[in-house]
Amino acid sequence: MTNEQEFIITLNNVNKWYGQFHVLKDINLNVKVGERIVICGPSGSGKSTMIRCINHLEEHQEGEIVVDGVVLNNDLKNIGQIRKEVGMVFQHFNLFPHLTVLQNCTLAPIWVRKMPQKEAEAIAMKYLERVKIPEQANKFPGQLSGGQQQRVAIARSLCMNPRVMLFDEPTSALDPEMIKEVLDVMVELAQEGMTMLCVTHEMGFAKKVADRVIFMDAGQIVEENEPQEFFNNPQSDRTKLFLSQVLGH
Amino acid sequence: MEKFTPIESRPAPLVEVGIIGWMRRNLFSSIPNTLVTIFTAYMLWIVLVPFLNWAFISSDWFGESRHDCTSGGACWVFVTVRWNLFMYGFYPEDSYWRPNLAFILLIAIIAWLSIPNLPFKKWVGIAAITIYPVVAYTLLYGGFGLDVIPTHRWGGLMLTLVLALIGIVVAIPIGILLALGRRSEMPVIKMVCVIFIEFWRGVPLITILFMASVMLPLFFAGGTDADKLMRALIGIVMFQSAYMAEVVRGGLQALSKGQFEGADALGLSYWQKMNLVVLPQALKIMIPGIVNTLISLFKDTSLIVIIGLLDVLGMVRQALSDPAWLGYPAEGYLFAAFMFWIFCFSMSRYSIYLEDRLNTGHRN
Repeated sequence: MTNEQEFIITLNNVNKWYGQFHVLKDINLNVKVGERIVICGPSGSGKSTMIRCINHLEEHQEGEIVVDGVVLNNDLKNIGQIRKEVGMVFQHFNLFPHLTVLQNCTLAPIWVRKMPQKEAEAIAMKYLERVKIPEQANKFPGQLSGGQQQRVAIARSLCMNPRVMLFDEPTSALDPEMIKEVLDVMVELAQEGMTMLCVTHEMGFAKKVADRVIFMDAGQIVEENEPQEFFNNPQSDRTKLFLSQVLGH
Repeated sequence: MEKFTPIESRPAPLVEVGIIGWMRRNLFSSIPNTLVTIFTAYMLWIVLVPFLNWAFISSDWFGESRHDCTSGGACWVFVTVRWNLFMYGFYPEDSYWRPNLAFILLIAIIAWLSIPNLPFKKWVGIAAITIYPVVAYTLLYGGFGLDVIPTHRWGGLMLTLVLALIGIVVAIPIGILLALGRRSEMPVIKMVCVIFIEFWRGVPLITILFMASVMLPLFFAGGTDADKLMRALIGIVMFQSAYMAEVVRGGLQALSKGQFEGADALGLSYWQKMNLVVLPQALKIMIPGIVNTLISLFKDTSLIVIIGLLDVLGMVRQALSDPAWLGYPAEGYLFAAFMFWIFCFSMSRYSIYLEDRLNTGHRN
């Protein structure tokens, strides 16, 4: 295997501005197949923006992003190709409230993957069982709790059989009692070998499953390391300060 | 450790029940409230009772001429004698079955589509937008062996319905496309849509109708004389789609950005995203706004009187100037108002029913 194929996601000197505001500064990141990466940092540090660039929800202005061998540019075909292979879970779930849980899960397989409805439903039920809510399949998202909705959102992404999963603060909008049920699903997913990029403040999750922790501040990657080293022996004073505030209570 | 046992839920306390309880709570809860209640009841008494007496109790319904109105109340003979004129305009009497049939078919289709759980909804829907317009056009205008009845003979309620329905059915899709265009990221499409919407919204409908009937033929060389009703219809559709576009845009903006992103992240294309995720939700939010626009369109159709087409209100006004029937404006206008009210009120009730049915308990 050559070096290029080994990395499923490559960010090469990526820069992005919102108007005059420089949000991402010279970002370099290589993600191997099966790698679990946790990204943390203070709010406004650009961590969400970075992972949203990977499936082109945000557009980068400089540098190169390659996902699964496809270069991300303004070509709609490439964007579509990448989005098929990259699942995303959002802070606010973004389930479609007018569709049932099952329809939420089968929508993209049927319309994007052109899968027959029966097959899509079978797959959806399989993943709903994996996130432990098959009995909710015919309810609407509005009838579920936050934790259940987020698990549906994870199942919805998995139904597309993605090669990479992006998580954008998946537990930040949940009540404390529901965080665990979502994290459990994510841990299981990580243990099955899914490639994951996860923006989160759950340091316990990072310690448990991450291969690498990335700390971002002011639009740049300040530090990256294995979790053990990262938490016990941070190199940068900015990281130390952040960790003391996150872990300090 | 102490075991936590939740307190069992108890039924809510019964407040005063029954009609007396309701009245005491809502009508006579305080002295000012009681005064308002009594005053309102008195006003209703002095307005409603004479009106009901005039309109129903001492009124005349059937007869041949004004001399049959003897009881001193409303002379509904004015309306019943001209019933056919008010309904069909100058449409030939032996062909009344044609608009009747078209109308019955329409009602059947609407009923089929709006009663839940009936089968073949998809096919009926497709037939309604493909076959039905051809059938209705043939029935009303002629062709395929039916006599041609030129549109200047159409009138009354039939003309009102034709204008309103075609206006509604054509303006909604054009309005949706315009709204999507206005939010497009492609500058040319966006500009074209903005100019179109702002132009048609900035001009009064009456001007558009006037232009369509008087000015438009001047621009064409002689001979290209498009049907007057057709020209009016195009004007109405343009005008209404501009309004509709703004209603739709409001609905699109009410949707959270997360819905667009959720659909994007799953890899749906632009049209899939719009058709499967965005529009079903946006249209639901927009129902009150759309129906509001439709109701105003329905009533605006009576403006076509200025280009010489007579809708139900136009027919009534013409009848009022008949020397044999001078002096019954109240009956005439009440009748016209009632006709408009029935249709507008039905639309409004249907929209409430739709909102209820489409409510999945959550907005995002």
